[in-house]
Amino acid sequence: MITIESLTKRYGRFAAVDDVTFTASPGRVTGFLGPNGAGKSTTMRVMVGLTPPTAGEVTINGRQYADLPNPGFEVGVLLDASAQHAGRTGREILTIAQRTMGLPKLRVEEMLDRVSLTENEAGRRVRIYSLGMRQRLGIATALIGEPQVLILDEPANGLDPAGIRWMRDLLRSYADQGGTVLLSSHLLHEIEVIADDLVLIGNGRIVAKGTKAELLQAAGTVVRSAAPATLSASLEAAGIANTMTPDGSVRTTADPQRVGQVALAAGVALTELRSADGAGLEEMFLELTAESQREGAAA
Amino acid sequence: MTTLTVERGVSRAAATRAEPAPIPLTRIIGVELRKMFDTRSGFWLMTSIGITALLATSAVILFAPDSALTFDTFAAAIGVPMTIILPIIAILSVTSEWSQRSALTTFTLVPHRGRVMWAKAICAVGVGVFSILVAFSIGALGNVVGTAITGTELIWDLSFENLLYITLANVLGLMMGFMLGVLARNSAGAIVGYFVYSLVLPVIFNLLAAFQDWFRDVQGWVDFNFSSSQLFDGALTGTEWAHLGVSGLIWLIAPLTVGVWLVLRSEVK
Repeated sequence: MITIESLTKRYGRFAAVDDVTFTASPGRVTGFLGPNGAGKSTTMRVMVGLTPPTAGEVTINGRQYADLPNPGFEVGVLLDASAQHAGRTGREILTIAQRTMGLPKLRVEEMLDRVSLTENEAGRRVRIYSLGMRQRLGIATALIGEPQVLILDEPANGLDPAGIRWMRDLLRSYADQGGTVLLSSHLLHEIEVIADDLVLIGNGRIVAKGTKAELLQAAGTVVRSAAPATLSASLEAAGIANTMTPDGSVRTTADPQRVGQVALAAGVALTELRSADGAGLEEMFLELTAESQREGAAA
Repeated sequence: MTTLTVERGVSRAAATRAEPAPIPLTRIIGVELRKMFDTRSGFWLMTSIGITALLATSAVILFAPDSALTFDTFAAAIGVPMTIILPIIAILSVTSEWSQRSALTTFTLVPHRGRVMWAKAICAVGVGVFSILVAFSIGALGNVVGTAITGTELIWDLSFENLLYITLANVLGLMMGFMLGVLARNSAGAIVGYFVYSLVLPVIFNLLAAFQDWFRDVQGWVDFNFSSSQLFDGALTGTEWAHLGVSGLIWLIAPLTVGVWLVLRSEVK
C-alpha cells in the first residue's frame, strides 16, 4: 500500500508536483499516467526518498521510506534502467543488491533466470546491454527481495513486444498475489491493458483518478448510424449533448443503453453502439493534459 | 466487500512476514569494499598501487647510487605514486555513484545516505592503510634485494614511528580526495580539484611565504599541505600538531561537513 498525501515539490517557483494525493492499493495494479515532464518521475523519486518533498508525505505500508529497516524487502524500485554502473556485469549488479539486503547468494541466479537473462548475458558488462536488457536487470533488482510493493517508472521502455507481454503477466501475477504495483507510463495503451486503477497527472497536478472501469465509463459512448445527422438531432431532442466526429460517428457522455433507447424511439438504425473505451480515455487524456502537452490538444 | 476481504488477506500476510532486521554497517562496508574492486577500472586502479610500488623500487635499485640504497630512499620513491593514486581511489569511490548514476540504487537500498558515506570513508581509509603497508613491504624487499645486489650495507633509516607518520600523511591526502569527491560529486572536477590542491596551491603558498613575512608566520595554521608534509620529516612538535589540527579543520573537516550535508539533502537523479 502506497499513500501519497498532498505531495508538493517545488523548484524555485515552479511546482513539478503540485498537491498530489492518491493511493496505490494492495492486490491492484495502479497506472500512473501522464505526458513527459508531468511530474511522474519526481513523484516516484519522492516516494523512495531520493528527492526531498517541499510539502506532503508519502508512506509505504504505513511507514516513511527512510524508516523501513531493509527497504529492498518491502519495496522493489526501478526508476531508471540506465542508472546502473556501466562497468559492472549484470550478475555483479544483482550481487550487490543481494549482499546489501543480506539474501542468500542463490537468489542472484534465480532472479537472472526469472527475468530471462542468460548465463552469457549476465556475465557481460552493462555497458553493452540494450535498454531492454537493462530493464530486465532493473526488474530483477527490484524483485530480488520479494517485496510487497513495486514502484516502476516506465518499465516497458525498450522492451520488445514479447518483453512487454512478459512484464504485463509478471505484474499481473504480482498484484493477484496481493502485491501493490505502481507503474508509470506516458503511453495510454500500455497502461490500459494492465492497470486496475488509473491516476492521470498533467502539469504536476492530478487531473483524474479512479478505477479503470469508472474512467472508461466516464469516457462515454460511441454510436454510428447510416444517418448520423438524424441520430445527433434526436439525441439532442432527448437532452443528450453529443458531438459528430468527421468520421461519421457520434460521441456522447451518456451511457450506451440510454443512447440505444433514444435511437430506437427515433427509429434510427444503428451500425455500431459501444462505450468509448480506450479511444475515449485517450481523448480524455489528451484533453485533460492539453496544457502540458508539448504538441497541444491537436495531438 | 471484495476490497475488504482482499485487504484483510494482505494485511494478514504482511503481519506473518517477519520484520526484516536493519542493515548492519558492517554489511554496507563489505558491499562498498566490493564495489571498489568489481569493475575493470577499479581493479586496475587498485592493482596499480602494487605495480607502481614495484616500478619505483626497481628504479631505485637500477638508478640510485649505492650509497643512497636505504629504506628511506625506497619509501620516498614509492610514496610519490601513492600520494596520487590513493586520493584518486577515494575520489572515485564516491563520485562513480553519481557519474554512473548507481546512487539511485545505492540510496534506495540504503536510504540513510550518511551510513553509505561512512562505509565509503571507512573503506577508503582501510584500503589506503593496507596499500601503504603493501608498499612499505615492497620497499623493504627492495632494500634487502638492492643492497644484496650491490653488496652495500643494509640500512633501515626509518623508524616505526616514521612509518606511522608517513601513513598518517598519506591517509590525510586520501581524505582530501574523499572530501573533494563528496563536495564535487563529479570525477573530473574532484580529480582536477585534488591536483590544484596538491600541485598548484603549494607553489602559490610557497611564493607567498618567500616574499611575504606575514604569511610565513601563519603558513602552518592555514596551509594544510605544508603542515601535513611535516609528517614526512619525523616527529612533530606541539605547535606543528596544532598547525595540522587547525589547517585540517579549514581544509578537510569544514568542507567535508558541507559536502556530506549536501549529499544528505540533495536530490538523486
